[in-house]
Amino acid sequence: MTALSTNGPAACPGCLAAPADRVDVPLPDAQLALSLPTIHCQACIATVEKALMAHPQVRAARVNLTRKRVMIDADPDATAQGMAKVMMDAGFEAHELDPAALNQTQTDAAGRDLLMRLAVAGFAAMNVMLLSVAVWSGATDATRDMFHWISAAITLPALAFSAQPFFRNAWSALRAKRLNMDVPITLAIVLAVATSLWETGLSGKHAYFDAALALTFFLLAGRWLDARARSAARSAAEELTALEVPRALRLSGGEAQEISISALRVGDQVLVRPGARAPIDGRIVEGASEVDRSALTGETMPVFRQTGDAMSAGEVNLTGPLTMEATAVGTDTSLHQLAALVAVAESGRSRYTSLADRAAKLYAPGVHILSALAFLGWLIWSGDMRVSLNIAAAVLIITCPCALGLAVPAVTTAASGRLFGKGLLIKNATALERLAQVDTVVFDKTGTVTLGTPKVTNWDTLNENEKSVAFALAHGSAHPLAQAIVAKAEETGVVPAPLDGLRERPGFGTTGTVSEALVKLGRPEWIGLETGSKGLCSALDCGGGDIKIITFEDRIRPGAETLVSDLRRQGLDVILLSGDREMPVAHTASQLGIGTHVSDMLPADKVGYVEALLNDGRHVLMVGDGLNDTGALAAAHVSISPAQALDAARAASDIVLLGHDLGPVADALTTARLATKRISENFRIATIYNIVAVPLAVAGMATPLIAALAMSTSSLTVSLNALRIGGRK
Amino acid sequence: MNVLTYLIPVSLLLGGLGLVGFLYTLRSRQYDDPEGDARRILSDEWDDKPRSD
Repeated sequence: MTALSTNGPAACPGCLAAPADRVDVPLPDAQLALSLPTIHCQACIATVEKALMAHPQVRAARVNLTRKRVMIDADPDATAQGMAKVMMDAGFEAHELDPAALNQTQTDAAGRDLLMRLAVAGFAAMNVMLLSVAVWSGATDATRDMFHWISAAITLPALAFSAQPFFRNAWSALRAKRLNMDVPITLAIVLAVATSLWETGLSGKHAYFDAALALTFFLLAGRWLDARARSAARSAAEELTALEVPRALRLSGGEAQEISISALRVGDQVLVRPGARAPIDGRIVEGASEVDRSALTGETMPVFRQTGDAMSAGEVNLTGPLTMEATAVGTDTSLHQLAALVAVAESGRSRYTSLADRAAKLYAPGVHILSALAFLGWLIWSGDMRVSLNIAAAVLIITCPCALGLAVPAVTTAASGRLFGKGLLIKNATALERLAQVDTVVFDKTGTVTLGTPKVTNWDTLNENEKSVAFALAHGSAHPLAQAIVAKAEETGVVPAPLDGLRERPGFGTTGTVSEALVKLGRPEWIGLETGSKGLCSALDCGGGDIKIITFEDRIRPGAETLVSDLRRQGLDVILLSGDREMPVAHTASQLGIGTHVSDMLPADKVGYVEALLNDGRHVLMVGDGLNDTGALAAAHVSISPAQALDAARAASDIVLLGHDLGPVADALTTARLATKRISENFRIATIYNIVAVPLAVAGMATPLIAALAMSTSSLTVSLNALRIGGRK
Repeated sequence: MNVLTYLIPVSLLLGGLGLVGFLYTLRSRQYDDPEGDARRILSDEWDDKPRSD
């Protein structure tokens, strides 16, 4: 971890790509990590650690509250899933983190390196400042010279070490024949030290050693804030792995063997267990089951599949084991073709230039021209090389972008800290700025505004006997609809009927006998009923020939309703897009009060829809979770996905929502607007200081004292202004 | 003014000690979880010696 890290946002999208190739290295001692978005106090820490330590496989557990995660040392055979289960039982929402991504030695080292340089620069700046105060308050002659020499002795090695990042960046920019912020910074530091040394050698009055150091210190502080925010977000986003490992079970000679997906060839037979995701496109050669296509298409209703049917990668097998023969592997699978949509869409977003970059583009040449003009003007007017050089150095130091360097990182750190406290992880550095421009919000339905887990809607129409039979039958299946019945029955306190011979026919339903009558729960067609309705339903046969229909509907995610009304109150357009059929989409839209909805959309249709909005000059925020949304997430101006979303969707989005509740999205929008306002305020503050101080410097009236004052006060004002955003979490 | 000949080295030394101290805390990862460390003092469960690894 980057040291001193509180909480963080922002990473580069490039670093988030391609987590699928990461094949986990077996560790001697399993090092597991879980993200716990809901922990917030010392009681949570104690509960989490105690619950984990009570588990026999756990050797040590340590909570990191700042990052809202727990690190677990456990026996080699312990799994993160098992630990997440322990956490759920203890009442905490938990997500697996990828242990392979935990050796973030690189991001770690970068942040620590900056902090080290920051400490050295701060130490040297304070000591030199101490000596400078003596000079400013009137030390003369030999004393002043001695103080200047001591300052030089501290400054030179300190700068040689701590200002290296600026030197390196400036050098690489110059080699590429570009100008960036670091070029004027480097020039100012080098020029200030060189003229000060010269002045000291000639027993001159003014030396800028303290200014050079203070400059380095403030700028390093900005860089460090930036790096910290970036690495915190990057590691967190990287670690939130998909729940499935990129592995498959290949059948060879009747035995299942676990291999990496990349080793699969066309024609291989693959076993897909219930609950697992199909790793490849293929044809079912054995078994019958129901599959959940929601990640690919957004359909809530499971689809029945049996021998001979095709199945595409990414579909989740729900009930019975399936054996598939691979017809397409690797980059040919439909899953991968969706990822290709992302690559195309993403190129559009990189066109956005951040406020900081725009400021730097104006700033760097301006400063150089100003200082060169001051130098030339004085050289022509006075003909004195020493005076002219001193003035050029003073101009560079005073205009140097201390406040500008802090203006953006200080605000983004404060804003993303506040949003992290509310359960939002900002992955991309410019996400806040883009979020502030949003005027249209597009939601995906399944898994985003709905939870994707159904609930029973007509429970009360069943009589007590039917309820208890349904409960008993539903116990025998892991099918989501059966699970919904179990949940409802437990909630209403139904006692299960005594059932014999409970059996599940994968893909159809469960059967059993109650007091010698055959009872069935399952697909309506299987039980012998043609349902006209297209909604989610299953049929219950209690033996008496009377068949009851149990209907279900998808649950709305908590906070979705208030979020939509908040967004509408903020004057934003809200649109619901889904690959699901018209009826459930319209139903959800009217429940949430969303005016515009479009159903039956293919992934490419979603991208097209979002792009059409963008071409209209709208700034679109896309909120989605499925693979079918990834293209649209990448195409949108800015995008958010929940932590439960699939890897590809999270990688394509700028912001990850850690909790279950959708509510924080509205906060994100208001905070983003506030943050952008603060950033431009900060630019204005920095400019005002320059407007006051630059004429003094050009006129040759600036002293090291004035430079120090201007630099410190502007940096402080900018940081304090940024802090106003933090507020109460 | 002769007092400066040892006051200045002393002040630099003391400042240097602070710097070394900071670098030590940085290297021993004491800034990994500032928020958690601040809360842990409120916990009833404490140990009287460091955990032996």
